[in-house]
Amino acid sequence: MKHVIVGAGPAGVVAAEHLRKYDPQSEVLLLSGEPEPPYSRMAIPYYLIDQIEEKGTHLRKQQDHFRNSGIEVKTSAWVESVDAQGRRLNLKGGEQIGYDRLLLATGSRPVIPPIPGMDRDGVHTCWTLQDARGIVERAKPGAHVVLIGAGFIGCIILESLALRKTELTVVEQQNRMVPRMMDDTAGGLIKRWCESKGVSVHTSTKVEAVEAGNGEHPLSVKLDHGAHVPADLVIVAVGVQSNTEFLDGTGVKTVQGVLVDRHLQSSVRGIYAAGDVAQGLDFSTGEFSVHAVQPTAADHGRIAASNMAGRTQEFRGSVNMNVLDTLGLISSSFGLWMGVEGGDSVELHEPERFRYLNLQFQDDLLVGASALGLTEHVGVIRGLIQSKVRLRGWKQKLMDDPTRLMEAYLARTQAIGHNAPVLA
Amino acid sequence: MLKALKLEPEKCTGCLQCEMACSYENTGAFNPAKSRIKVFTFHEEGRFAPYTCTQCDEAWCMHSCPVEAIVVDMATGAKNVLEDVCVGCKVCTIACPFGTVNYEADSGKVIKCDLCGGDPWCAKACPTGAITYVDANETGMERMRAWAQQAPDTAPPRTNPPREKPINVYLSGQGGV
Ligand SMILES: Cc1cc2nc3c(=O)[nH]c(=O)nc-3n(C[C@H](O)[C@H](O)[C@H](O)COP(=O)(O)OP(=O)(O)OC[C@H]3O[C@@H](n4cnc5c(N)ncnc54)[C@H](O)[C@@H]3O)c2cc1C
Repeated sequence: MKHVIVGAGPAGVVAAEHLRKYDPQSEVLLLSGEPEPPYSRMAIPYYLIDQIEEKGTHLRKQQDHFRNSGIEVKTSAWVESVDAQGRRLNLKGGEQIGYDRLLLATGSRPVIPPIPGMDRDGVHTCWTLQDARGIVERAKPGAHVVLIGAGFIGCIILESLALRKTELTVVEQQNRMVPRMMDDTAGGLIKRWCESKGVSVHTSTKVEAVEAGNGEHPLSVKLDHGAHVPADLVIVAVGVQSNTEFLDGTGVKTVQGVLVDRHLQSSVRGIYAAGDVAQGLDFSTGEFSVHAVQPTAADHGRIAASNMAGRTQEFRGSVNMNVLDTLGLISSSFGLWMGVEGGDSVELHEPERFRYLNLQFQDDLLVGASALGLTEHVGVIRGLIQSKVRLRGWKQKLMDDPTRLMEAYLARTQAIGHNAPVLA
Repeated sequence: MLKALKLEPEKCTGCLQCEMACSYENTGAFNPAKSRIKVFTFHEEGRFAPYTCTQCDEAWCMHSCPVEAIVVDMATGAKNVLEDVCVGCKVCTIACPFGTVNYEADSGKVIKCDLCGGDPWCAKACPTGAITYVDANETGMERMRAWAQQAPDTAPPRTNPPREKPINVYLSGQGGV
């Protein structure tokens, strides 16, 4: 059995290792379109602030890890198309690679908005190591940087850019920061916090064009209210889209991403998908969505590998969740943080302390939450949502004091007292 | 034979010796705020519950880490944070469904229980035997996996009536509140 994995981010790497474990006799080939060894994009912000070196982003730091585990890695191996009938990949340069089972783990890429000037020198995305190297070159202390987009990824980059001591301006077309993760109240607090740290934040503002600058700064960013912001570097982070184009003509069904069933198999037998490229089951809605975050990539990778190796395992769906640190203000959101019809909620709001906690219930189940400034035991929110613990009397206690999440969990479950054996 | 922390809330008097010992062992100072084990208080019932990482098999924290800063200690089975590798991204703190990986702003890293390398100080400090370090299969409780298995797995939550957990209520004798 020959397993081929296209894409060497966390989904691909986790899958390769689990395939090795579940199907020791098989051949495992991991392909990356980039020239780098397998690496983790989400470590890039820490590379940007010199907290780690480039190799600190590499997935599996032990020398020869892949060779020693019997996984063949091929870099600069860009897949241009798939011959699903003949079970063959066509690589850039003409090479062909056959497979028995295929995992699509090609991730996503940043969307480039249709704004004039996106092709100018000095306009960057922040997605690959290659991008990061370019940003390090330009984002010097005092450099004027404009960040287009204050979504989750934008806000992560925001922190790195601010810590690099750049003069940072953030432009977001929606009415608040992280609009898909936080409500107006919490988004507003994040904005106020960032401004207090010296970052200039424009919400409800569109970038109309990136033009040539005059004099000192090579670029000038034109905003819809007429202002021009001088810039040495413009970073675009307005969203991502799954990398599915190379699947045209294969019969693999795609909507936002590759539609996968509970076994993470696509509409074509023998072809699976995992991570940012996969549109899999959403635990909270029962619908199929792309959850482009690291924990989902790891979960998908593990379960896809199990099924590819013939060990049937059902995916229960991913809970959409994020944690974000904007210059010391930590926010997180989970599941249906915006609530459900007919549900109810409780909110703790202490604006002067930048504290916020919003819990969303359906009957006596916790279905979503968002929080600012809460770091102790936050994971239990995931536990409460995903284990569907009936809160009973504890719902009222949480309505009275929403911070007692951990007590609610302990009182309603018995999740303690064991120690797991070493992972096999 | 792997050993595990056995936590028996019904024996806990809330004295916080475990938190003291844990923080002292890990940070060199008596500071319960830095303890990896926490005692939760149920005022209404006058009950206490010591709680810490169960070193679960699924190791969500470890698998979600982008930089391999969480590793398995082969001798104890503990999932340990490598402080010099952790970048402080906090993904593990939301990935852990038990809420036992915490971010510590002072150090900019996460902290969790590491079983003190096989000689847990919380257990040694507990005067009432509410925390003991025993053979893993003598903890007398269902495997942690019970947690993972209880989630309905056939239909999405909103169309599937929630089920009662098949395992015991945590505060035995208290009707589970
Ligand atoms: C700056 C930044 C910060 C982030 N921070 C966080 C965070 O804090 N928390 C979080 O949860 N998530 C974060 N993310 C998102 C997270 O990195 C992604 O969800 C994760 O990388 C998805 O993993 P993946 O394996 O699906 O895809 P990717 O990591 O994108 O890997 C895709 C792989 O496929 C390869 N590839 C693509 N197309 C082809 C092709 N045609 N042929 C061959 N190879 C191909 C690529 O080269 C790459 O190796 C961040 C992302 C970025 C960019």
